[in-house]
Amino acid sequence: MIKNTVKKLYIILIFVFLYAPIVTLIVLSFNASRTRAKWGGLTLKWYGALFQNDEILQALFNTLFIAFTASAIATVIGTIACISIMNLKKRARTVVIGITNIPMLNADIVTGISFMLLFISMGLRFGMETILLSHITFCIPYVILSVMPRMKQLNPHTYEAALDLGAGPICGFFKVVFPDILPGVLSGFLMAFTMSLDDFIITHFTKGAGVDTLSTKIYTEVKKGIKPEMYALSTIIFVTVLVLLLLVNKAPSENKKMKKNTF
Amino acid sequence: MNKILIDLKNISKSFDGQMVLDDLNLYIRENEFLTLLGPSGCGKTTTLRILGGFESPDTGSVIFDGSDITKLPPNKRQLNTVFQKYALFTHMTIAENIAFGLKIKNKSKTYINDKIKYALKLVNLEGFENRMPDSLSGGQQQRIAIARAIVNEPKVLLLDEPLGALDLKLRQDMQYELIRLKNELGITFIYVTHDQEEALTMSDTIVVMNQGYIQQIGTPEKIYNEPENAFVADFIGDSNIISSTMIEDKLVEILGTRFPCVDTGFGCNKPVDVVIRPEDVILSSPAKGKMTGTVTHLIFKGVHYEMEVTAAGYEWLVHSTGMFPVGTEVGIDVDPFNIQIMNKPASEDEEAVGVNE
Amino acid sequence: MNKKKLLGTPYFIWSVVFIIIPLCMVFYYGFTDKSGAFTLENIIAISTPEHVKALYLALGLSLISTLICLVLAYPLAMILCGLNVNQHSFIVLIFILPMWMNFLLRTLAWQTLLEKTGVINNILSFLHLPALTIINTPYAIVLGMVYNFLPFMVLPIYNSLVKIDPNVINAARDLGANGLQVFAKVTLPLTLPGIISGITMVFIPALTTFVISKLLGGSKILLIGNVVEEEFTQAGNWHLGSGLSIVLMLFIIVNMVISSIFDKDGEGSVL
Repeated sequence: MIKNTVKKLYIILIFVFLYAPIVTLIVLSFNASRTRAKWGGLTLKWYGALFQNDEILQALFNTLFIAFTASAIATVIGTIACISIMNLKKRARTVVIGITNIPMLNADIVTGISFMLLFISMGLRFGMETILLSHITFCIPYVILSVMPRMKQLNPHTYEAALDLGAGPICGFFKVVFPDILPGVLSGFLMAFTMSLDDFIITHFTKGAGVDTLSTKIYTEVKKGIKPEMYALSTIIFVTVLVLLLLVNKAPSENKKMKKNTF
Repeated sequence: MNKILIDLKNISKSFDGQMVLDDLNLYIRENEFLTLLGPSGCGKTTTLRILGGFESPDTGSVIFDGSDITKLPPNKRQLNTVFQKYALFTHMTIAENIAFGLKIKNKSKTYINDKIKYALKLVNLEGFENRMPDSLSGGQQQRIAIARAIVNEPKVLLLDEPLGALDLKLRQDMQYELIRLKNELGITFIYVTHDQEEALTMSDTIVVMNQGYIQQIGTPEKIYNEPENAFVADFIGDSNIISSTMIEDKLVEILGTRFPCVDTGFGCNKPVDVVIRPEDVILSSPAKGKMTGTVTHLIFKGVHYEMEVTAAGYEWLVHSTGMFPVGTEVGIDVDPFNIQIMNKPASEDEEAVGVNE
Repeated sequence: MNKKKLLGTPYFIWSVVFIIIPLCMVFYYGFTDKSGAFTLENIIAISTPEHVKALYLALGLSLISTLICLVLAYPLAMILCGLNVNQHSFIVLIFILPMWMNFLLRTLAWQTLLEKTGVINNILSFLHLPALTIINTPYAIVLGMVYNFLPFMVLPIYNSLVKIDPNVINAARDLGANGLQVFAKVTLPLTLPGIISGITMVFIPALTTFVISKLLGGSKILLIGNVVEEEFTQAGNWHLGSGLSIVLMLFIIVNMVISSIFDKDGEGSVL
């Protein structure tokens, strides 16, 4: 009994630690005072101001555009790459997976500067394209990492059975293989999307003047003070995701119960 | 008779409000090979886990060698377990696996080394000391799991479906192996399985369980030849279970035909269940049988033919060395001592009610 | 078969162009001077007093943070493992959801919490406890590191814990081991791949960060990450920046080699 209480207390403490800053930001978004140092009473004005602030809205658009495009392209490249990685010989596979892991294991700052040096020597103009190229690159490993285990679980004979029953290779893939790996593809996409959205360091080194994501915008604002509209925007994003997650988790929970019972 | 070593008294256990064991009573004698047999979810594994100390019963007590060990943690019990899927320590060598229990008891190095040698010899895996568990086949891992348990010289070895993950041929070999081990070690084996053939081959005593209740306790012969209820009859081997009427002592009416039998004490004109094993059904020419029927299916099984005979609206399952082609009119007869009479359960629920010796 | 292999070609080309070549560029810049001639000066530059100081400080703080993360994460992973909670919702809650609140804002929020007149000190003074003055000190940086990288320690440990067959733990107890012995002889060795992977996932970003030190350490505390970043964005000396990055990569490579020795099948990976 006591043991259980201690355990629960420990979990609660860790969650307080992880979520205290998030709660702080949400509270700050309702703070009437312009500085975060003092509480000036409750207000909703920053939420209104947010929609008049073109700079923040442009940064939001950039962030979402980059995250969506990069993770979508990474998902396609990564999933196709998985199929061929599965068919490689063991040694080649180890090499490819090793290279794939580099952007994940390497320090972001090194990855960031290596992109910067590459783009400079290629003579690319720093802007949206350079950010996109770098985001796609660091997103692919997340896709491969979540699709690969699904691929390994796949029964190779189901694909062969599809061919045996007259399906062409492409039809066979989309009718038989793809539905099985879909959960891995989706979670890889979401993972990549989240990583791209939260990235600051790599964007910092690959963005050009005039193009800002939310991260880089916040970074430049640190010195002069964060605009409260930013807190309002973050709160809206966070609450939206939270609600979406609750809805998604609620829907299939019935399904899961059924599955558990059949075991 | 050997003395009683383990006594389970009034054990009940439920998970999430679902009753898994209901007032279970069972004793186990010294040097006995006892098998808990039943379908999945019958409570046999829970019983074993209570013995091993991995679950504590909601009510009741476990008496081991005269003392109550209900609340004793597993590491303090004088019994060892061979787990489903072996549960070997994958980060240790075979020698380290076997030495695990002995090292904890601070035995000397030479003692441990001797024991490892002895145990590996016992399970026919000499020279495997420095291999890793992952490099062994299923059957070999199973032997190591047994070796790891027996070096601790337990009074009782608990085996939780140890052969479940092996293929048929290996399973049969391991059955003989286990019987040999038990005889060499001279300790009590408590064995859990859902495989009735395994149970019949190895056990001194079989405990048939269903839905948390003990259905019958007895020797393999008794369980097979004299099942006490329809569940046991159905679970152990193939059988014809027919709803019948007991006319009087030693006379039963099966599907409208009267058969002499040997059972008494069921009363007059009482509904009963009758069990007739397929190999006990005697087929002959129509004139010679008590009933007549038509062969509807015929399969050659090697040692015998398996036939289905429709007679009086019932599909009889028959094993016979004689062959009767499909469509043949046959006579059916059964020797009186091959007719096993069982009480009908008064209701569905009662089918599962405990029967104790 | 060959067709399937060809499918990977776009990705293989991609990874050469955007993973291998960029890394080669870092090495090229690191080993040359402005005229393009080979030099070791940029590497040796790590031994100047201010760089050594920044490197030692970064090493010290990241080691402390990694240790704290390990000590906090292991019990958490064990508790979560025992609770039998839905693994997916737990990962989302601890790992994914916070990321939708911007990383910089989350870290900045600690300023608000830690300031002299911040939330935590208000609570402490209400309880008549001495005020906490750790903002703009190395302590705040450690806190920021632990806060940001704790999930990267929890997940691999949790993943290696759930993989342990409960019967293996039961077997150890059955063979006479008490709780402590089971932990030391079975649980800990079996989760070693997870621990090593967790250490890698925390140590490397902590060692190379420049954001956390900038946001929580005031402007006075320079870590090696800050030095590298300034060489690229302000001083404009890419050769020196690359040289220092190569030194950083040495630590990363050592770390990766160690983890690959312990974790041969990638068992302790994050996902």
